[in-house]
Amino acid sequence: MTETLLPDLAPAYGEIFMAIGAMALLMFGVFRGNKSTELVSLLTAAVMIVTLIITVTWNDTAVYTFENMFVVDRFTSFMKILVLVASALAVFMSMQYFKDEKEERFEYPILVLLATLGMMVMVSANDLMSLYMGLELQSLSLYVLASIRRDSELATEAGLKYFVLGALSSGILLFGSSLIYGFVGSTNFTVIGQTLSQASHGPDIGVIIGMVLVLAGLAFKISAVPFHMWTPDVYQGAPTPVTAFFAVAPKVAALALLVRVLYVPFGEMSESWTQVIVFMSLASMVLGSVAAVVQTNIKRLMAYSSIGHIGFALVGIAAGSQDGLRGLVIYMAIYLVMNVGTFACILAMRRKDGMVEDISDLAGLAQTRPAMAAALGIFMLSLAGIPPLAGFWGKWYVFKAVIATAVADPMATNYGLIMLAVIGVMASVVGAYYYLNIIKVMFFNEPEGEFILQKSRKLKAIMGVSAALMLLFLLPQINAPVLEYARMAAAALIS
Amino acid sequence: MEIGLAHYLTVAAILFSIGIFGIFMNRKNVIVILMSVELILLSVNINFVAFSSYLNDMGGQIFTMFILTVAAGEAAIGLAILVIYYRNRGSIAVEDIHLMKG
Repeated sequence: MTETLLPDLAPAYGEIFMAIGAMALLMFGVFRGNKSTELVSLLTAAVMIVTLIITVTWNDTAVYTFENMFVVDRFTSFMKILVLVASALAVFMSMQYFKDEKEERFEYPILVLLATLGMMVMVSANDLMSLYMGLELQSLSLYVLASIRRDSELATEAGLKYFVLGALSSGILLFGSSLIYGFVGSTNFTVIGQTLSQASHGPDIGVIIGMVLVLAGLAFKISAVPFHMWTPDVYQGAPTPVTAFFAVAPKVAALALLVRVLYVPFGEMSESWTQVIVFMSLASMVLGSVAAVVQTNIKRLMAYSSIGHIGFALVGIAAGSQDGLRGLVIYMAIYLVMNVGTFACILAMRRKDGMVEDISDLAGLAQTRPAMAAALGIFMLSLAGIPPLAGFWGKWYVFKAVIATAVADPMATNYGLIMLAVIGVMASVVGAYYYLNIIKVMFFNEPEGEFILQKSRKLKAIMGVSAALMLLFLLPQINAPVLEYARMAAAALIS
Repeated sequence: MEIGLAHYLTVAAILFSIGIFGIFMNRKNVIVILMSVELILLSVNINFVAFSSYLNDMGGQIFTMFILTVAAGEAAIGLAILVIYYRNRGSIAVEDIHLMKG
């Protein structure tokens, strides 16, 4: 046995680069002050793009390092690409807002960078310890981001609520981890999986309780019902660019972590967790659709919308097959583009008294800003899942997979999964009501006041590209690479 | 009487429950919520150290070190958010945190 001083660092080059970049940018910001915010933002985005390149070029089969605590395979690569793209776009989208509000702080992009680093570690975690460290690096950065507007009552309240409930969920997750460690004897995902598969009798009750507690902690991070209570308040209270960041990157990372926890250590116990996932998925889809109907604040509406979308993504896990996992990965990719585009539209609209917050403020947008109304209309139709837009295909792949699993069962006892698909489709019909309501307000209501024209080219470019991707998803040039890479990502976890 | 693994686990479970109840039953002060969060983390530490000694495996104690470090950071950030909240609202009573509802 050879004794080496340093573990193999190569799989973690991206994370190491980000960590060093964050520290260097922090020093830079401290010496140059808040007037360097724009430069720090651009450099942050540059760090993320370089990390993206490092991640893309790592195209190997699964590699474990740091005492098997850290794993890189095709699944982590794909999820990291999504996280990095979402975070870099969030930084770009925030620049105009903070300039307009005269609230420029160089800490903002650096906190986004640190949160993204936490998400990268979460995605690559292969041990309860690295899971916890990644999760906390992400969460602690997000608590600060939620209350970055120190003078705003709403933002500080959002930060406080997020902190209290986030800390509670971390505590529950940790208690679950300690039970798993005690009853299995290891914190490593691979070892836990092997031990559980070799057990002559079924898993101990302690392991099941531990798994459920870990599941509950992770469900909080992806805001699946019944752990969604914080989402509407935090989305509404946090500054809009922060909400835009919250809506995509942390969800993708936490979902990737949830998938790995379910399939690697607890793959043997799929009977125990499938029911929990089916319940969370059903409840999220129904609540996300029904509760959003009465909302008047657009950020709050997007919160319920994201709860519903997480429910649809969980359908892919409930299917329990490689196709289901592929559906989930495709769903998250499409969800990213839809949400980034929608928030680019929301961020591009201002009135004299600040950002557009109420849905009624969108009245007559089609007359004053036809191009933007068209783009927002496309995003709304896509979020509602109207074919042939991309949002429809996301739902198509997860539901197809879950029906395939239910039909393939020789005993034909999987009525639960068929019910899941049926109720999911009905929930998406109910959900279409509020998306279409926004289109109605934009196109058929009379305009009520002036919009201040937003000259940000970045926002316009993001809007245009996302809308084009939504419209043209049917073209094989666009969907083929996504589908192929998603298949490889799913195959890395389930063969 | 020999104090064994079960005793430690019982103490940890009781502390954990007190922490959870402290968060949900408390209607007065946010500081009490922060204390409850710390209580939860410490109960987890007891669990990890007890298991670590029982299993003769260092992993649990290393995990405990990480949890202690993160708990310090978490307390610092929680108190910082509480301070700016107090500056804006002039109160840290739990029943006053209701600007957003619905």
